Amino acid sequence: MKKNTTILFLLVILSLASSYLMANIDLYEFSNEANQERYKKLTKELRCPKCQNQDIADSNAPIATDMRREVHRLLEAGETDQTIVGFMVDRFGEFVSYKPKVKPETYMLWYGPWVLLFMGVVMIIFMASRRASSNKSKAKPDQDNHKQVEQLLSRFADEGSDTEPDSSDSGSSGSGSSDNHSPKL
Amino acid sequence: MNKRLVYLTPLAIALGLGLILFTAIGKDPTKLETARLDDPIPAFNLASLLDESKSFSEKDLIGEVSLFNVWATWCPSCRVEHDFLKQLADQGVRIVGLNYKDERLAALTWLKKLGNPYQFTIYDPHGKLGFDLGVYGAPETYVVDQNGVVRYRHVGVVNESVWKKTLEPLVIKYKAKR
Repeated sequence: MKKNTTILFLLVILSLASSYLMANIDLYEFSNEANQERYKKLTKELRCPKCQNQDIADSNAPIATDMRREVHRLLEAGETDQTIVGFMVDRFGEFVSYKPKVKPETYMLWYGPWVLLFMGVVMIIFMASRRASSNKSKAKPDQDNHKQVEQLLSRFADEGSDTEPDSSDSGSSGSGSSDNHSPKL
Repeated sequence: MNKRLVYLTPLAIALGLGLILFTAIGKDPTKLETARLDDPIPAFNLASLLDESKSFSEKDLIGEVSLFNVWATWCPSCRVEHDFLKQLADQGVRIVGLNYKDERLAALTWLKKLGNPYQFTIYDPHGKLGFDLGVYGAPETYVVDQNGVVRYRHVGVVNESVWKKTLEPLVIKYKAKR
């Protein structure tokens, strides 16, 4: 039993490790460390057009390899991050950037969540204020309802005593009419 | 009045979302926008597949409406569409080939064995022109007008229905725009 769990544990570790081993390894040399950091950042911000939902740092698709190579080349050529992303967007479309530009087509992407959040907050405030006001205004009707319910229940108890002998004991208690059915449970 | 607002707000949100989502139905998410649409074919200077000593540039695409077909021997879908491309070529459609990230020998064997639908084929072993065009997989077929401007991109196999429904009307349209 213990042996089995050990083997299972090792298998899990191995399978985790294998995903690291499978990850692509490009050997790029950078002229300085800043470029290397920018490379890491940029390849995470660019999306692979072939295997969508993977950034190009993470993808093994040939096109992602090409894109990494181009990112490296442009970096070493002294281009800015903006130019490099623009270079990719020119070729593959806005899709390729995980941080698309703010423009009419992307307004919903950028502002949609804020609008939804705002609407949610408004709804919550609205509902909370409604509940607060209804609690105040309903205090009286509640008591009226209570009386009405008791009246109805007592009537029910009276009628019930005629036909059902079981419920006869419940009819005797006026105040405890709410647990009318409890003996049955 | 307030009550109505409370009831109608979720309805409005649901309808709005429904409308947005509805517009996306039937769209293939793997088909991306064509960044190069209405742009000229990027400048290039690449060798011919058939004749190493010859080379082509973007200027060779000017003058006539053509289909610009990106293909490779490693691409199974290219094999699928190959026979239909030959049919189109027989009908007189001008097709220019871009042999994308391939090996010359394999590509030449392929054309010899299966026939050659291309007016000429550009040899792009490193996918340089492909990259500049935004090719992210083969096959891709572009409609290029007389001025060498990209007018349409089709990703995937070209078959009878794609040709009849989309490509042919475009070819006719741009041929008329002389």
